[in-house]
Amino acid sequence: MKAYHGSRVEKDKDNTVMKISKTVEKIKPSGIREFFDLAIGMKDVISLGVGEPDFVTPWNICESAMFSLEKGYTSYTSNKGLYELRLAISRYLNNKFSLSYNPDQNILVTVGVSEAVDLALRAILNRGDKILIQDPSYVSYGPVSEMAGGKVILVKTNEASNFKLTPSLLKKHISKDVKAVIINYPANPTGVSYSRKELLALSKIFVNNNLIVISDEIYDELIYEFPHTPLAILPGMKQRTIYLNGFSKAFAMTGWRVGYACGPEEIISAMTKIHQYTMLCAPIMSQLGAIEALRGSGGPVLEMKREYKRRREFIVSALNEIGLSCNMPEGTFYAFPSIKSTGMNSMEFAKSLLYKEKVAVVPGTAFGTQGEGHIRIAYASSMDNLKEATERIEHFLKSRNYAEAVTRFARNRRGTTLK
Amino acid sequence: MKEILEVLEKDARTTPEEIARMLKKSVGVIKKAIKKYEQSGVIVKYKTVVNRDILKDDVQKVRALIEVRVAPQRGHGFDHIAERIYRFPEVKSCYLLSGSYDLLLVVEGKDIQDVSSFVSERLATIDNVNSTVTHFILKRYKTDGDILKHIEKNNRIAISF
Repeated sequence: MKAYHGSRVEKDKDNTVMKISKTVEKIKPSGIREFFDLAIGMKDVISLGVGEPDFVTPWNICESAMFSLEKGYTSYTSNKGLYELRLAISRYLNNKFSLSYNPDQNILVTVGVSEAVDLALRAILNRGDKILIQDPSYVSYGPVSEMAGGKVILVKTNEASNFKLTPSLLKKHISKDVKAVIINYPANPTGVSYSRKELLALSKIFVNNNLIVISDEIYDELIYEFPHTPLAILPGMKQRTIYLNGFSKAFAMTGWRVGYACGPEEIISAMTKIHQYTMLCAPIMSQLGAIEALRGSGGPVLEMKREYKRRREFIVSALNEIGLSCNMPEGTFYAFPSIKSTGMNSMEFAKSLLYKEKVAVVPGTAFGTQGEGHIRIAYASSMDNLKEATERIEHFLKSRNYAEAVTRFARNRRGTTLK
Repeated sequence: MKEILEVLEKDARTTPEEIARMLKKSVGVIKKAIKKYEQSGVIVKYKTVVNRDILKDDVQKVRALIEVRVAPQRGHGFDHIAERIYRFPEVKSCYLLSGSYDLLLVVEGKDIQDVSSFVSERLATIDNVNSTVTHFILKRYKTDGDILKHIEKNNRIAISF
């Protein structure tokens, strides 16, 4: 108990009783934590900063979970997840993509894709194994890889190549001791996705270099320009792909925490081993909800997608018009505009936008150094909010321009009087 | 262009400029399409969904659902008799149904007596109206897709990855 009393003990590092593991200590605390707390503490903020749908889970799913609670389904399930759910996942993937996974051997139900990423990494990485991760990308890939003992090799992408991985870029980073790669498409935070042709080119690199690919396809339903192609259906890929997906985004079920991993039997049983000791199983109510989601939610999912698409067109054209250049994202509910024209860095921009106009966005640097000069705007927000937010951002840019013009003017004048 | 209707059905205040942006079309094209929908009667009118129950001091009106059995007329079927009925301003909605009765009306009046006298004096006395059954509406929970109760918004945290 002593260790918890008095701040002296906590402050004095050498005397600290609670010593943190070196692995965890090495992981940098997210530099934008402070900004987060700021945004979360503020009132009346229009938030374009969330990584989740603004829709509530479709009622048929909620209702079926309630019904199962009433019937007393409150127990553990098998470690791999309810057979009925694994069967439903297997059928769903087969119908949709002709992607066939056996519910007994190839599918594991997890607590969201987040857990599945962790399991996959721990199942494949030995200490010091190298893993390729795109910069910018979703926040957890790097830290979780490191916690699993891996050595992260960042593959830097930028606006010029539309933040896409390309064969030549991959080749530059691949060496003998690179064991795996994480790919995420449609991608958080950029909204970028890959056509079948692009994926084919990438898959050849993966096959030729014998890489394991962790493919996070959680946003696959939210794609607007071309159909989604799962990496695992391409030649030579199924035996080396760990396919990750879940219910959070397409079915607006983020809080239910349920996702799944599919892959070769050895990998899935290795992942199941870790899962059974750490998580035991995904919550049964969520699994039952997920079954209903796959069974009867085609309508609501399509309707949400159409709505997202309209919002996407709206926000991207509005952003470009007010002076933040923004590529049209192919999927997700994110836009990743450049704010370089303002002369501010991402964090400055996000902070002053929050203070001055009460609009919350995520600085691009949250997703890696390559995110500098960009912000992530989530358009999973009502049209009214989007309209209001773009007006505020426009006002922010204009007032800033004005302020800048005034300083420039003042500076010039000072210059002339000095002469 | 049918997507215009989807947008307007959600929010009739959406301007042509905004719709143009959402659907990646020019404002002119959107305006023309809306005009066409209006002229052809696809768009009937623009209204506001009002929940008067919240206005406590407001004079509450009474609504009833009324089942009506009628005798269809040679040469006109049900349309003629239906029109005789739905032309009354008290009749807010009128449907022809399959099943044990023919027309279903939504009738509004200032109180129960008002509705009752409409039914007994106006409706039941029309030739070809054989019988009526009146159900007074006690509470409206949801109309045309809109839930009238204030539903608490889910409080998402302002920022997440």
